[in-house]
Amino acid sequence: MKNIIHLAALVAGSASVLAGDVTGTVTLKGTPPPEKAIAPLTADANCGKAAKGPVNTRHYVVGAASGLGNVFVYVKGGLDGKKFDAPATKAVIDQVACLYEPYVIGAQAGQAVEIRNSDPFLHNVNFMKSEAGNPTFNFAQGNAAKPVDKVFANQEVFVKLQCNVHPWMFGYIGVVSNPYFAVTDKDGKFSLKGLPAGKYTLAFKHLKAGEVTQEVEVKDSGAEVKAVLEVK
Amino acid sequence: MSFGTTHTARSRWLHFFAVFTWLWALAVISIGGLVTSKGVGMSVPDWPTTYGYNMFFFPIRLWEGGIFHEHVHRLVASVLGMLTLILAVWIWFSESRTWIKWLGGIAATLVVGQGVLGGLRVQLNSYDVLGVPGSIFFGVLHATTAQLFLCLVGVIAWVTRPSWSPNVLGSGVWTGDRKALWAAALTCMTLLQLMIAASMRHQHAGLAIPDFPLAYGHLYPPTDASFLESVNQRRVDVIDGGVVTAFQVHLQMVHRGVALALVSLALLLAFRARSESSGWKLVFRGWAGLFLAQFCLGAATIWTNKAADVATAHVALGAITLSFGVLATFSRSVIEQQGMVRLRSCPPAGSFLQSAAASVTGPTA
Repeated sequence: MKNIIHLAALVAGSASVLAGDVTGTVTLKGTPPPEKAIAPLTADANCGKAAKGPVNTRHYVVGAASGLGNVFVYVKGGLDGKKFDAPATKAVIDQVACLYEPYVIGAQAGQAVEIRNSDPFLHNVNFMKSEAGNPTFNFAQGNAAKPVDKVFANQEVFVKLQCNVHPWMFGYIGVVSNPYFAVTDKDGKFSLKGLPAGKYTLAFKHLKAGEVTQEVEVKDSGAEVKAVLEVK
Repeated sequence: MSFGTTHTARSRWLHFFAVFTWLWALAVISIGGLVTSKGVGMSVPDWPTTYGYNMFFFPIRLWEGGIFHEHVHRLVASVLGMLTLILAVWIWFSESRTWIKWLGGIAATLVVGQGVLGGLRVQLNSYDVLGVPGSIFFGVLHATTAQLFLCLVGVIAWVTRPSWSPNVLGSGVWTGDRKALWAAALTCMTLLQLMIAASMRHQHAGLAIPDFPLAYGHLYPPTDASFLESVNQRRVDVIDGGVVTAFQVHLQMVHRGVALALVSLALLLAFRARSESSGWKLVFRGWAGLFLAQFCLGAATIWTNKAADVATAHVALGAITLSFGVLATFSRSVIEQQGMVRLRSCPPAGSFLQSAAASVTGPTA
């Protein structure tokens, strides 16, 4: 009898370490407002030269089959009580031709975020206000300056970076306390790797369209999810 | 500079210098307005240094983008500080009227305090003060102090005119002047309006209401969560201003309402002044004209989606209108006796409240 209980516990334990990938697509319902040309960028002597053409805002990046880009997807529920070590790898956000690239990234709380400046001129990187108690900063990053690492200890979706030298420049970091997050590509596709089998609440957060959540059961074979955000 | 000239000659140069300081202060306010309009107030993240440099030696090659505007604002503000200190010292040694010496001293104190406030605006940008974000708290305080300073220097410039006397615009006999009360009320309302405007601008909400004269197509827009969600989803500003809140919508509606009230009252005052001396008629009509022009600039600010130059002109004309109002009220309300200024109402120990009461009950001898 004792052996049977041990065996059951072993099976249960192994089941909990089995993991699958959650893949899916986020689509946008409704017609988004048209994007605007960033006129001050092209008018700026340095930025205009770096951009080599007109540049538009990126509030809604809508691709094939209404797929919505730049949606931050993360596990919002189902991991209660579990702690995850921050990865040694860095998340990277760069400043290229007077824009943040990528526009939206994800990072785990405690993970270093490397902030680069690939432009041959100065930007300031201003994290002005935290809603989650993360330390704010505002520093200059000049021509060919070394990348700067910043660590956000607390979950915050989104940390907003801005450059006041070029006030149209914004970059966003979704910081969550677990390693299961992704940002949708231009067609709205995403993939969460290695999520242990179980039931979770996934959140899909977009800077403009807001947030929706969805329950999902992940099996060893993974799961596929379709989420819809709506512009009213 | 010699102070040993005749009183008239001495005062003329002092007056010119005070006028120049007033104009310089207006330029500082305008550039400050441009900094806020462009959203580049934090493009220089340190203070009193500029990117680690002594601000007066900050290399010109680094004056790029928003740094240019913010750094120029700091430089011209520093010059204003020096001008004001010179003005205060000049007044101290050349003026016989004690109350003008006091005005010079207050102006010097105010300009130093204003510089510190500008620094706190940068240093405490990310901290909350009394539950208000530091960027807004210090931004509004900085903007309001600037307006008060401009008014004060305006008064100094006015009373250092060689020909100035309290009765320069007409009879000095107090006859229970309601218009002085109206002018004071209008001036206070203007200051309140400028504080509301400063609050709107420093929240960087862009245009919380993008249309005019209607507001989202309504006389008064809805502010429920569903409506605001839709509004925020459809805002695609180049300079991301965050989300529009119900508070911001109400605030802009208050701003519009006060603007309408100001224009109406100013026109009424100009109409009621038709039997005044030609000087006062000109003052009240000119003041009403300023309010009307300011109202039009406010509308243009919305119609141009808050174009930086139009929004800055709106700030500058607001400052001029307030300064004008302070001078009109001052000229209408005070009298100089035995080297001191007093309110006209009940010399020598009168109060403005008493004059107000007198104006309500009718003219007195």
